[in-house]
Amino acid sequence: MSKEFQSSKPIYMQIVDSIVIDILQNKQKPAEKLPSVREMAVKMGVNPNTIQRAYGELERMNVVETRRGQGTFVLDNATLLDELKTSMQKEIIENYVEQMLEIGVSNKDMIEQLQNYLEGCE
Amino acid sequence: MTIALRQVTKKYGREFALKEVDLHLEKGKIYGLVGPNGSGKSTALKMMTGLVFPDGGDVTLNGINVTRKTTADVAYLTELDMFYESFTVQETVDFVASQFANFNKNKANELINQLKLDPKKKVKSLSKGNRGRLKLVTALARDAEVILLDEPFSGLDPMVREATVKSLLQYVQLDKQILVIATHEINEIEPLLDQVIALYYGDIIGKEDVEVLREEHGTSVLEWFKNIVHQKEEGAL
Repeated sequence: MSKEFQSSKPIYMQIVDSIVIDILQNKQKPAEKLPSVREMAVKMGVNPNTIQRAYGELERMNVVETRRGQGTFVLDNATLLDELKTSMQKEIIENYVEQMLEIGVSNKDMIEQLQNYLEGCE
Repeated sequence: MTIALRQVTKKYGREFALKEVDLHLEKGKIYGLVGPNGSGKSTALKMMTGLVFPDGGDVTLNGINVTRKTTADVAYLTELDMFYESFTVQETVDFVASQFANFNKNKANELINQLKLDPKKKVKSLSKGNRGRLKLVTALARDAEVILLDEPFSGLDPMVREATVKSLLQYVQLDKQILVIATHEINEIEPLLDQVIALYYGDIIGKEDVEVLREEHGTSVLEWFKNIVHQKEEGAL
């Protein structure tokens, strides 16, 4: 399936996020090879240049490394993955809080509602 | 490979199809030519392949003026659908292969397989989606440095569109090719593009890197396009 993309964020960053999520969920295992740029482009329905850029960004973040003639590999770096997990959580929380404040929910109510919601889910 | 349009003007009767258009395209990129119907997209593509010639200005490929012979080097998928009804899929492919020296039969067969076309089926009994697929096979199977696709998705259902996009991505060779897609279905092609060029009744009203639009302006191509068209129309009133 091709991926759907949000309109306000660069596509390459959304691909970076989705690969990081795959790694966090262990769908993409540490020390294993990522699909080639072409395979990933076909899989996601995205321009190969965009995938190349996403891989470059992941390399800059030290999540992957490119080995000449072999491809791009996920690095086995538990500390970094923990950091990424934390920063992703932070981003989600920020969005949640921002949207709740926008519709006039106080901090206290926010916590209470979240608590209620989670209890309801159990 | 580069394609250049310099001060290109084309008139049909009194109407300008293109008005003093300057455009420079280079290999390694996928370009989207977007604009409403009648904005000059098809005319621009036809000029790049030597099927239509400018009334003013010039169109060059690698610095050489485009002539009728340029069609041999450029793979062009028309928005029209022109096949011999009594041919089978295979005969159609063989016919196109006989017309273009750079036609790659192996690639054509791979594409037929991948797009699940039946080579023995007659063109007249193909569904619209399958005709669209066959059109794509005949364009993508050519080892051309320039691929021009005019409305490649029009009239195709979402499943066929997705298969089409995938074949396109699988076979495009960006290290040596230029790919230009003309369409008014902007959302469909946005993830495919490096650059987008907006045409509006014969004028280029904008040209941007898709990721720059998102990164620096936080907008999708469609939003950007609607915006500049709106500005243009406000200005014209």
